[in-house]
Amino acid sequence: MQQRLSAEAVTLAYEQRIIARDLSVRIPDNSFTVIVGPNACGKSTLLRALSRMLKPTEGRVLLDGQAIHSMPAKKVARTLGLLPQSSIAPDGITVADLVARGRYPHQGLLRQWSPEDERIVQESMDATGVGELGDRYVDELSGGQRQRVWIAMALAQQTPLLLLDEPTTYLDIQHQIDVLDLCAELHETQGRTLVAVLHDLNHAARYATHLIAVRGGEIVAEGPPSEVVTAELVERVFGLRCQVIDDPETGTPLIVPAARKTRARTPGAAAVGAARR
Amino acid sequence: MRAAGLLAAVGVLLLICVASIMIGAKPVPLGDVWHGLFHNSGTGNDVLIQELRVPRTVLGVIVGVALGLSGAVMQALTRNPLAEPGLLGVNAGAAAAVVSAISFLGVTSLSGYVWFAFLGAAVVSVVVYVLGGSRSATPVRLALAGTAATAALYGYVNAVQLLDSAALDRLRFWTVGSLANADMATVRSVTPFIVVGVVLALLIARPLNAMEMGDDTARALGAHLNRTRAMGMVSVTLLCGAATAACGPIVFIGLMVPYLVRALTGPDMRWILPYAAVLSPVLLLGSDVLGRVVARPSELQVGIVTALVGGPVFIHLVRRKRMAQL
Amino acid sequence: MSTRTAKALRTPGGLSVRYEPRAAVAVVLLAVLTVAAGVVLIGSGDFPIAPGDVVATLLGDGTMAQEFIVEDLRLPRVLVAVLVGASLGLGGAVFQSVSRNPLGSPDVIGFGQGAAVGALTVIVLFGGSPTAVAGGAVVGGVVTGALIYLLAWKRGLHGFRLVLIGIGAAAMLTAVIHYLITKADLIDATRAVLWMTGTLDGRDWAQFWPLLAVCAVLVPLVLGHGRPLRMLEMGDDAAYALGVKVERTRLVLMGSAVLLVSAATAAAGPITFVSLSAPQLARRLTRSPGPNLAASALMGAALLLVADWAATNAFGERELPVGVVTGVVGGVYLLWLLVTERKAGRI
Repeated sequence: MQQRLSAEAVTLAYEQRIIARDLSVRIPDNSFTVIVGPNACGKSTLLRALSRMLKPTEGRVLLDGQAIHSMPAKKVARTLGLLPQSSIAPDGITVADLVARGRYPHQGLLRQWSPEDERIVQESMDATGVGELGDRYVDELSGGQRQRVWIAMALAQQTPLLLLDEPTTYLDIQHQIDVLDLCAELHETQGRTLVAVLHDLNHAARYATHLIAVRGGEIVAEGPPSEVVTAELVERVFGLRCQVIDDPETGTPLIVPAARKTRARTPGAAAVGAARR
Repeated sequence: MRAAGLLAAVGVLLLICVASIMIGAKPVPLGDVWHGLFHNSGTGNDVLIQELRVPRTVLGVIVGVALGLSGAVMQALTRNPLAEPGLLGVNAGAAAAVVSAISFLGVTSLSGYVWFAFLGAAVVSVVVYVLGGSRSATPVRLALAGTAATAALYGYVNAVQLLDSAALDRLRFWTVGSLANADMATVRSVTPFIVVGVVLALLIARPLNAMEMGDDTARALGAHLNRTRAMGMVSVTLLCGAATAACGPIVFIGLMVPYLVRALTGPDMRWILPYAAVLSPVLLLGSDVLGRVVARPSELQVGIVTALVGGPVFIHLVRRKRMAQL
Repeated sequence: MSTRTAKALRTPGGLSVRYEPRAAVAVVLLAVLTVAAGVVLIGSGDFPIAPGDVVATLLGDGTMAQEFIVEDLRLPRVLVAVLVGASLGLGGAVFQSVSRNPLGSPDVIGFGQGAAVGALTVIVLFGGSPTAVAGGAVVGGVVTGALIYLLAWKRGLHGFRLVLIGIGAAAMLTAVIHYLITKADLIDATRAVLWMTGTLDGRDWAQFWPLLAVCAVLVPLVLGHGRPLRMLEMGDDAAYALGVKVERTRLVLMGSAVLLVSAATAAAGPITFVSLSAPQLARRLTRSPGPNLAASALMGAALLLVADWAATNAFGERELPVGVVTGVVGGVYLLWLLVTERKAGRI
């Protein structure tokens, strides 16, 4: 298995609080990798480490065989893009200007705006379906459109690797599917490697080509969803009893939670309760 | 348990009062305190106690009560741990009004100041509350509105002082906040206002409890929102205005004490208010005594001490908070 | 693409500069306005000179008397005003951009008070010379800036936290200022209060040269960091993902801004609200997102010149320090800003 991005035996911590210890993970090239797990399992932390946002206290993250934290910032930014969970659109910025900011790592003080920049920005907007909105103000857009604009900005960065931190949070269900369809399309047509953290296990099972299940800072399982997603795994990771059936639309695994009566006194349910507390 | 704590707090307050009578540029031995309190034989210590230390201590107590209660009520009304009369510009409003009174209207007596202080405090507290977003106010908005008002008003105070150097000479002491010039006349002229303010504050303790859970919940629980809010504002204005008129702007007492009290009593206003009323004078008199000790033979004004002590508490409070809550 | 979005200027060699048409026009207009206000201000006073004569004198074509008045008396004052205004405007723009909050400007969050404590310490405790007072202001401003930054730092810098901690610090520093004023005798107290208001009276070449040196180093440094600063406005994570060295950029910019504001304060006292309002007004003029650094600097200069003209001429016989004018106008502007920002749901 080829991989440009990997973490080797990293220990991840915020100040004194250790989130994960001795964690190793490889992102297969040209995959749409999705990281899933219950709340506070360390999945977003892992993504932050992979995108060099968080420096591991031990171990290292490798990008093309080099330790990512010792590489020049702009060089990393030309290889690896990130869509953070929350970004701030400056007041009164237009869609085209915001997307254009994705070109930053390719520019310099005296090379601020080449014809190529302009072409790539337009292509990125077209690819995300906001090509017609270039002149609109970002504040005026709906949540779904806005998320597309941010994805367009990350696309304009033209990185072979793109990391997305919960790209569907705060979106309506139709916009969630919209955004995920877009990701799948980018992965298929442009051959980029995508890594996303997702909340919804069914979304992950449907769209991912490679799934990483995390619990308590450890990787419980990884591989193609069709092989990995089983009722046993879901119970182990989420503490939820369920059936796994074939998705009638796509044939991918579909998780159906067990009915209340059969679920009632299972140890799994108790474990979830404990985790919440 | 909480009642016993309150009793202990009263004990601490009494001790501080005795300390406040004893300590100063000229220390008075403990034995003389009792004598001086009840028998004015005309000796040095007796006169000192009756004419200077007792008024100063009494004023410290009533002003402390006023500041602590107004802070607690304000925080409950705005559901905002950072609400504080000093930070929200109420003191600056009183200061600006008093400055105008001294410089333009030639008012010189305290009984004259008081009314202007009330006027300034009332106007500014309403203005800041409205600018801060009235019912949808967030802590940041309120603090900023307060800062804006304070900045503009102190700009005005400075300008007046520059144009009128006699006013500067009188005002530069008043604008600091000090108990040093206390006398029984001052105490007598502000006490009625503070008493009314205290009674109002205690009356609304229960509806304030309901309001802390949000307007809708409070309404569902049958609280009279507008009546409570109006009584609260009147109470805050009376308390702050009287305290500011009597000894100038003193910041952070109203912030620190309710915050610390909450840690002791939990969120029940029926306990927070009495505790705040007892512990605020402890802090104020304590700061005053500290100010007399650290800068001997002169003294630090109590307003400066409370700002220096309270600033770090405020900053700690801000750092501790998750930003989502602000 | 239309007028709302940026345009580019390209050379055959592959070099290119991005600009926004409206912002470029605004910058030129502000520069013209600054020069015009400067000429008018030089011309006004007890011995009025017509604008045409002022220009002629500046070009070396005036009478002896005019030359003395223009070049020895009024020109340095105007130049100091321009530099002070520009420094305040630029410093304010950086702070508002970094804190992502229009109210995160130096005069709201305590740097003015910090510089004032430094200066007043020198005035009251040491009875120092004007140069020592200026030095005290710079030291006070820089120390305050560093402290507030460190205290507001907690897993990243959050705009609101910076603003609130600044307000807390400002309250403490104000207490120290009051203490120093009560400790002083009446003469020192008057000097202190006058300094606190901020004035351009009696500013000459001695204030101009050090300020020019500071600006010559820091203004290009800040303008050069304008592009990473734009990226920072989208949040630390987004900027990081684009390859911005977030911490370094922020440190360089905040450091420069603190120094600029302190130097301006040292030269003219804490002139309030210019650093708050100049970037806001500039933004409304350019209608462009981003820090608008050049426009803010020029707006600051123009504002201060106009305010100084008003302070010296608008009150009849009486000359007020310029800080009184900016203070009252700016305070009202700040309140107005609070109202409109609230309606826009931004605060």
